[in-house]
Amino acid sequence: MSALSSNWDRRSVLRAAAGLAALGPLAACGSNNGRSGGGSSGKELVQYFHAYGEAGTEQAIKKYAKAYDKAQVTTQWITGSDFESKLFASLLTKNAPDLFEFHPQIQLVKSGQVADLSGIIDPVKDDFNPADIASHTVDGKIYGVRMIDDPQFFFYRPSLLEKAGVKVPTTLDELVEAAAKLTTGKVKGLFIGNDLHAVINPMIWSAGADTLDDKNQIAYHTEGVKEGLTTMRKLFTSGHLLLDAPADYWDPSAINQGLCAIQFCGMWAMPQIQKVLGDDIGVFPFPKVTDAGKPSVYNGGWSMFVNAKGRNVDLAKEYVKWLWIDQKKYQEDWSLSYGFHIPPRSSLAASATKLKSGLPAEGVELFGQYGHFDNIGWTQSMITALEDVFANAVRKDGDPEAALDKADVTVNRELKKLFG
Amino acid sequence: MSTTTSHEVPRSAPAEATAARPRRFRRDGSTVNFWLFTGPFLIGLIVFVYVPIGWSLWLSFFEARFTVTPDKFVGFDNYRQMLENSNFTGSLVTFTVFAAFIVPLTWALSLGLALMVNRLRFMRAFFRSVFFLPTACSYVAASLIWKMSIFSGVRFGLMNTVLGWFGVENIAWLANPDPPWYWLVIVSARLWLQAGFYMILFLAALQNIPPELYEAAAIDGAGPGWQTFRHITLPQLRATSTAVILLLLVAAYQAFDEFFNLLSKTTWGRPPLVELYYTALGQAQDYGAGSAGAVILTLLICMVTLLQGTFMGFGRGEKAE
Repeated sequence: MSALSSNWDRRSVLRAAAGLAALGPLAACGSNNGRSGGGSSGKELVQYFHAYGEAGTEQAIKKYAKAYDKAQVTTQWITGSDFESKLFASLLTKNAPDLFEFHPQIQLVKSGQVADLSGIIDPVKDDFNPADIASHTVDGKIYGVRMIDDPQFFFYRPSLLEKAGVKVPTTLDELVEAAAKLTTGKVKGLFIGNDLHAVINPMIWSAGADTLDDKNQIAYHTEGVKEGLTTMRKLFTSGHLLLDAPADYWDPSAINQGLCAIQFCGMWAMPQIQKVLGDDIGVFPFPKVTDAGKPSVYNGGWSMFVNAKGRNVDLAKEYVKWLWIDQKKYQEDWSLSYGFHIPPRSSLAASATKLKSGLPAEGVELFGQYGHFDNIGWTQSMITALEDVFANAVRKDGDPEAALDKADVTVNRELKKLFG
Repeated sequence: MSTTTSHEVPRSAPAEATAARPRRFRRDGSTVNFWLFTGPFLIGLIVFVYVPIGWSLWLSFFEARFTVTPDKFVGFDNYRQMLENSNFTGSLVTFTVFAAFIVPLTWALSLGLALMVNRLRFMRAFFRSVFFLPTACSYVAASLIWKMSIFSGVRFGLMNTVLGWFGVENIAWLANPDPPWYWLVIVSARLWLQAGFYMILFLAALQNIPPELYEAAAIDGAGPGWQTFRHITLPQLRATSTAVILLLLVAAYQAFDEFFNLLSKTTWGRPPLVELYYTALGQAQDYGAGSAGAVILTLLICMVTLLQGTFMGFGRGEKAE
């Protein structure tokens, strides 16, 4: 005690405390990794999900995770519109998630970021939608498990179209005319999202073009696409397009609140729309832009990937297999109990009674007839390049040809990096 | 230091040496205290500022997509890519436009508020607090209020409701760059957020002006109001004005939150930090190009600062001494 008194006087103790207090914030850096304990067994997994708009989805994912008894699975439910940024930034750190949902993109494969899941998918490969398998495959290896397929198309109010004497549009020009006729004092004719990004690929496909061709060369720079951009500019400046809405295209609020007569959205929102508008709702694909084109539907969706640079790759693969291959009841629940999604497993899609009749059946038909799936070679930088084309040629009064030329530079640079 | 020690502690005088020991202990203690209190911040500075700057410089010469430990050296390719990128060069124009709006407007508004509050005979503290309070508000929160409530593009947005009373059609304040109403939204948000802070600076400066100056001016026949303001108040506020303008310029350079939250994924209205965020940390995750852009921006800021220093005469007085 006396020794303590001589070496640790009041000032020394205070100095040490001040030093520790000052070091505290440094020590705290990086400690919040979303893992909530779980003991020292190392049987812990962290998964990242973006915040789905449908009520109950977060609880559902956490319920599935809790049912897994071989590891403690913690879910990071990431709200806000920049899920991609948060995911990519965290993948660079030691607190990266072990598994995460995203879309198939080749740079994740090339950079060794995602693990090969062929081993767990191959035995059930034939039960998956072949287009989904193709969109996740590089050099014969499958890098992700599709959880849901999300067709995206236009929802419209038949009563409003009938009142305005408008038929369901079959061309982009007709869509522009319909928007004009449907616009009244309080209701705008059309809503396609605040930044228009959702309709970029559908417009390209409906113009008879594509993002990349089979040889991974630019396929979007065509006369048809330029024509489409010019028509979209006309629509944007017409005063008949709902701009600056409180929620974006993925949320059905605009059509549900009577802000517009036609809205571009996904099949996930169908239950919410039917709840509010009852039978006064129909769907149609993105109409053809040129005579050479044909209507299109973007078959979006989300897939589960395993972080190949994570600490628990094998455990994460086991969990993915358990939940997204073996647990068909959870897959069905995830696809049909909250919003409406098409299960990527053919057997589940075939038995899904909720998708057999009425509006959901129409959605499934459009999916089969006009659907386009993700192209794994179409990366984030390329997506951004075409978003810039829409920003410059549609939202700003830029020259479509110049905007496409500018995108070509970025996309070609990206293609060269990826494919040489 | 050793010279001082030899002066204070003569080696041949044990008694004095004994007396000197506590003094040396105190000096050692001071050194310990110095490192104890500056050490953590120094470590923070090195870890969170100097290392990232060095790392960023290193990354700028590499192909660093989706990695911060790249191995493919690309020389000045990233620099060329950023300088050829019209979005990046356009962001410098955006900053210039923003600074041209916000610096004089904030200066004038905060000075006006300070003059007004300074004249109040009662409830001065109340109004000072009222105008200062927005400073405590987060830029993100304010941006969302501006976007969702005041300048929402639909009919139930506050501004559109008011305009609707006069028969004006709904305006898409943020979605449409033509006409560029987004500047009104961005500038008004920042004005609201920062004018109160600069008002306090001006208020302090106003209260430091000797009343005798005004008395002398009155005796000399200067009229109250504009004449006194122009010839007495404004010259007396020169130092504060210079500081305020400098701080406003620095703040304008750092603009990020309101642009990022009010304008999502546009190619217009992006100041440099937002552009670099989208390049390095957004979906592209191109740390090489983002770092090259950061280096270019840093060099540019250094050049502007040097020019500004030359123009405004910083350090001239010190040189004279």
